Amino acid sequence: MIGRHLVTIQSGPKGDPVETVLVEEQVPIARELFLAFAIDRSLGCETVIASASGGMEIEEIALRDPRAILREAITPASGIWPFQIRTLTAGLGLAGRTAQAYHETLRKLLTLFRELDCSLLEINPLAITKDDRVVALDAKIGLDDNADYRQRLLADTARRDITDPVEREAARIGVSYVHLDGNIGCVVNGAGLAMSTVDILAHLGGRAANFLDVGGGADSAKVAAALRLILQDPAVKTIFVNIFGGILRCDVFARGLIAGLKLAGANLPVVVRLIGTNRDEGRRVLAESGLPLIVEDDLETAALRAVSIAAGGN
Amino acid sequence: MGILLNRTARVIVQGITGKEGSFHAAQMREYGTRVVGGVTPGKGGTTHEGFPVFGSVAEAVRETGADVSLIFVPPPWAADAICEAASAGVALIVCITEGIPVRDTLLAVGEVNAHGVRLIGPNCPGLITPAAAAKVGIMPGSIHKPGTVGVISRSGTLTYEVVHQLTGRGLGQSTCVGIGGDPVIGTTFVDCLGLFEEDPETEAIVLLGEIGGSAEEEAAAFIKENVTKPVFSFIAGRTAPPGKRMGHAGAVISHGQGGWPGKAAALAAAGVTVIENPARMGETVAAWFEARRAAGPTTPGKKPGGRKRGSA
Repeated sequence: MIGRHLVTIQSGPKGDPVETVLVEEQVPIARELFLAFAIDRSLGCETVIASASGGMEIEEIALRDPRAILREAITPASGIWPFQIRTLTAGLGLAGRTAQAYHETLRKLLTLFRELDCSLLEINPLAITKDDRVVALDAKIGLDDNADYRQRLLADTARRDITDPVEREAARIGVSYVHLDGNIGCVVNGAGLAMSTVDILAHLGGRAANFLDVGGGADSAKVAAALRLILQDPAVKTIFVNIFGGILRCDVFARGLIAGLKLAGANLPVVVRLIGTNRDEGRRVLAESGLPLIVEDDLETAALRAVSIAAGGN
Repeated sequence: MGILLNRTARVIVQGITGKEGSFHAAQMREYGTRVVGGVTPGKGGTTHEGFPVFGSVAEAVRETGADVSLIFVPPPWAADAICEAASAGVALIVCITEGIPVRDTLLAVGEVNAHGVRLIGPNCPGLITPAAAAKVGIMPGSIHKPGTVGVISRSGTLTYEVVHQLTGRGLGQSTCVGIGGDPVIGTTFVDCLGLFEEDPETEAIVLLGEIGGSAEEEAAAFIKENVTKPVFSFIAGRTAPPGKRMGHAGAVISHGQGGWPGKAAALAAAGVTVIENPARMGETVAAWFEARRAAGPTTPGKKPGGRKRGSA
């Protein structure tokens, strides 16, 4: 298997290269259950999700029989109470030694979920063996990126697993970048505005090549690195820069942009919308650069211009 | 008058001796906010940029009578800073810090609720009430203008964008609240909607949502039952691919949940005007005010699109 490509639902049609093989003992399965831990965003707590229908996707169970999904909210400070686990084992039809084993496994998994700062821990299937043991046969673990600083080992392992070189480079330089399949490269500050920029391009008939949030402290090195990320995509026909100066002052960004464009050797048409703090100084920096930038103040006018250029117009 | 923040607010900054804390404390003072001091453990008794620095929040509250705390403490220590503020007895905590582990936020939110204190954020730009010249956050003060539009948002720069569009059309804001882009936050859309509904200064509400979670659906359910003022909404991330985190820790469509269509449909069904073009947010709100002006003073409390609320 090693060296081959394995195609699964998660890998997509291209598949992922197999680098490691895990060999496990064969387990005599009596029943297959579903058990997961996640963050309930609405309730602001951790939640445990259990079902007697293991082996199936939880979405599928939810569609087929929502009552087959059991949930218990966990209070962050106090953790899960024994009565809550008893509710689950009763609902799953577990008793005696099996219920006891399930109880212990659930507690261990909750400890793991918390101590490793997981955003998701899904065991599917969780097997009940013929000799009444509870064994995790598979696991899907999501990690909270914000906890990377205190989960170094896991974070480094997860980062090593990023196979896309562009995503790996984005993580290294500290910008949020998501590759999309259009031809307008986007440079924006702030996640909400960056999403909205991708949206307005689509609304006006264009397609963004990427989502990119340069963040608050965008100096020339960072802007240049971000531009290089965009320029490595051969589909990109134009770059749309949409910056709302707040903490990030327009003149500071404009200097970073000019230096970045020169450093990255960009020779594509660039549409720039720069407003907010120190807009006038920012525009002067752009004008004095001598670069053939297309500068627009209005969001829609600027976006339309980028869409038109990407479509082969001007 | 606005919500949550008024002229009497006495503000301290936790992390005031850091680069951001220092810069924004000065910016807030310049805007007119009463910044009465700051806190940095180990640096009590000194002054920084003219602000007295205290070693603990409790001491700062005792010495200055502060009732609002703004937090710029780095992620590993931010939850501790939130809990310290809550136990010191301030009424409002605003946490700007981005990158706090969710596990820490869960514990801090639990603690804040136990103390009966309000937390805005984390990972938010803060809030501003222009008529009171009160700003507790990092937004550029100059783009705001006193007025009657309440703004609630999960985002930072997108909020500045809508404020820019509103102010450009002569529409000022009662209060703008950035509730934050993390999966778990202190104050929600629903909390702010309730406050704006009761605020006599607020005539219309702009709600800026984004993909991920179900905060917009919960807002829609609340609006349907409790809000008589017109609500306008833009939801960012309509074209975002599923499974990809779009910058904010909370902005991700996972397992088919949290996508644009469900949010837009829920809000529209609650009588909210859903704006599809982010360049037309200000224009859409202005059109409602224009239509109301044209219709004369006889149709207060009417929703855009003519849907009228039954009085609850």
